[in-house]
Amino acid sequence: MNNTAKIAELRHILARYGLPPDRAPVALGHAQADAVLGGGLRPGSLHEVFAQEWSGGGFAAALAVRMTGAKPLFWVRPDYEALEYGAVSPNGFLELGGDPRQLIQVRARKPDDALSAAADILGCPHVGALLLELGGMPKCLDLVASRRLAFAANESGVTVILLREGANVEPSAALTRWQVASAPSRADDDDWGNPVFDASLVRHRAGGLGHFLMQWNPEHAVFKTHPGAVVAAPAHRPAYPQEQRRAI
Amino acid sequence: MPRLPTDRLTRKNKGAPFKAPLVVSGKSGNALHVHALEARAARLGLYKGQPLANARAMVQPLSILPADEKADAALLEAIADWCDRFTPLVSLDPPDGLLLDITGAAHLFGGESAMLVHVTGLIAKQGFVIRSAIAGTSLAAHALARFAPAIVPAGCEAAAVAPLPITALDCDDKILRALRHAGLKTVGTVAERLHSELSERLGKSFVTRLKVMLGAEEQPLTPRRALPDLMAERHFAESVVTRDAIAAALLGLAQSFSEILEREGRGARILESVFFRADGKVDRIAIKTGEPLRDPKIIMRLLNQKLETLADPLDPGFGFDLVRLEALLAEETKPGTISFDHDENARRQIAFLIDRLSVRFGEHRVQRFMPQDTHIPEAAGAAVPAQDRDLAPENWTLKRRPGDPPRRPLRLLQKPEEVSAMASVPDGPPMRFRWRQCLHEVVRAEGPERIAMDWWRRSVGESRSDHQKSAGLTRDYFRVETSNGQRLWLYRDGLYRDLGQNTRWYLQGLFA
Repeated sequence: MNNTAKIAELRHILARYGLPPDRAPVALGHAQADAVLGGGLRPGSLHEVFAQEWSGGGFAAALAVRMTGAKPLFWVRPDYEALEYGAVSPNGFLELGGDPRQLIQVRARKPDDALSAAADILGCPHVGALLLELGGMPKCLDLVASRRLAFAANESGVTVILLREGANVEPSAALTRWQVASAPSRADDDDWGNPVFDASLVRHRAGGLGHFLMQWNPEHAVFKTHPGAVVAAPAHRPAYPQEQRRAI
Repeated sequence: MPRLPTDRLTRKNKGAPFKAPLVVSGKSGNALHVHALEARAARLGLYKGQPLANARAMVQPLSILPADEKADAALLEAIADWCDRFTPLVSLDPPDGLLLDITGAAHLFGGESAMLVHVTGLIAKQGFVIRSAIAGTSLAAHALARFAPAIVPAGCEAAAVAPLPITALDCDDKILRALRHAGLKTVGTVAERLHSELSERLGKSFVTRLKVMLGAEEQPLTPRRALPDLMAERHFAESVVTRDAIAAALLGLAQSFSEILEREGRGARILESVFFRADGKVDRIAIKTGEPLRDPKIIMRLLNQKLETLADPLDPGFGFDLVRLEALLAEETKPGTISFDHDENARRQIAFLIDRLSVRFGEHRVQRFMPQDTHIPEAAGAAVPAQDRDLAPENWTLKRRPGDPPRRPLRLLQKPEEVSAMASVPDGPPMRFRWRQCLHEVVRAEGPERIAMDWWRRSVGESRSDHQKSAGLTRDYFRVETSNGQRLWLYRDGLYRDLGQNTRWYLQGLFA
């Protein structure tokens, strides 16, 4: 390498020195969703998943697997959530396309503990993603707490998937908010297929919204467009009532 | 402490002696006897083991209280805790004695006799009658303390114990009787006999005992707690109360710790900080780490975190007069403290994060998973403390064929929940079922996947039905999808063939 090229390269490095690392979005694999999201889900930010019934765990886990890469994935949940929705099973996590060796579970006694554990985890940039599971409407999870999560995630580059079960939508600092329900895995046939989610992107700070049918492919750990769409995603009107989108 | 039970009661009485001489009564069989007594009572001619009725007849009035051996033992433990400040090797000598191994500790207190005066003085001040001795072996000290308190220089145990009566040997009655029959009245006369002769008649253990007593053989003490690999402590002339002072002291200890560890190329895995309160209470706070640790800053951070999250916070009371840091387990660390290797650095950061979380919430609340060699779903993945480095990560095996949808649910309910289900055919999947008060229509079902409990673990002679009662029935699992797309994992407990209509259905897991 000649000197000019070397100097140019050093200049380039110097120019980027001290700036926060450029966090490229991670494509989910679902073409429409990626287009709306501007290339994919942004790492180092807070994403909320509001689950209907018991299906949100799968969607949130799939997102977390997608975002964590080869780094450790922390799953934090208070004890009550495990009673109500079941505790994560490493075998099921494996079947879903994750690697149980990357998975670290933190069982908190109560939501406050879960939030403080989350703050600790978000301080470590070597963590891949944090899945924080909170059921109901805990008092401690207010706008301040959510801003803190978003800020800490931004600082360290750890992605936070906040899984809310049995909760109403409330103002938060999340970059994206999803409302998720399960959808039938196949339209016609009696066979059992890969999990399909009826996912609505009801809030997105940096772009448009949408309603997608996303099928999770455990083999390659990506989302796919669902082959036989059962319900047409309404393109011309919002999937959810207007007032829900007005949240900060 | 020959009068431990009565001293305890007097202390409980706010230190004021009872009006009448105090006797503690014990029960043997159906008879009451004198279990312990005050010096005052002893002077009146009462003695230990005397029938209580006799004692009552001899002395009137008498304060009699029932014995509480548990409380006495607890008190002895507490005193032993307090004695930890003098040496890490304290062992109980029940029912009323303590043995302290002061090897290498005496000079810190100005020599053996000064130390003895210091220790006994402090205990006596608390209202205990104490008799003490220092000798080369624990048995010699035990005997001397009870019969002829003294400080015996090393090597002179034989001469010191020779004049003691044979009861000082603390043997059972049979041996004592045999010795008396032989006309042997003191330890000295017994020691003069040939050892082969004695072992022939009284057993080998007696001879070992005798040898230990005479200082010819060593018998190590059984310490009450594991001896630390390393410890550092700081005494305070004036007890400290404030948080800052305690933290400063801990930091100083952590720093001297890290120097020693660094020199030895080791790191601490289990650290314990011990706070000795001026009034005798001892608090111990332990932290465990996944990585050998020696950075004082990290030690302090973990300790502080633990102190903050204690259920009942550290109460300085009238202050701590001694703070100690112990490494209960120290391990070799790899040389090269700073690593430029990115992966290594990341691994260490994650380990530190796990340590912090474990200290905060308890090690059983921060978990990773280990595959288990069983196909019973609830046992197939075990959660172990994430700190546990000794378990190497193992590979997991996939149940589904490549390209197939998941065959195991992401979430398992903590206990399978019974559902009322209707199946179209007795052996088939359910058509609809009611779970948590909701009716679910099954649209798609896959199965059965038959999972038998560990029948090969059946013990010999146990019949099949008996085993099924203890280990559970064979289960037929179905993966079902309900009309609104929820994917659930249900099983029929027991085979139709065996149970007919009495089979029950359970829901165990939730797929994505």
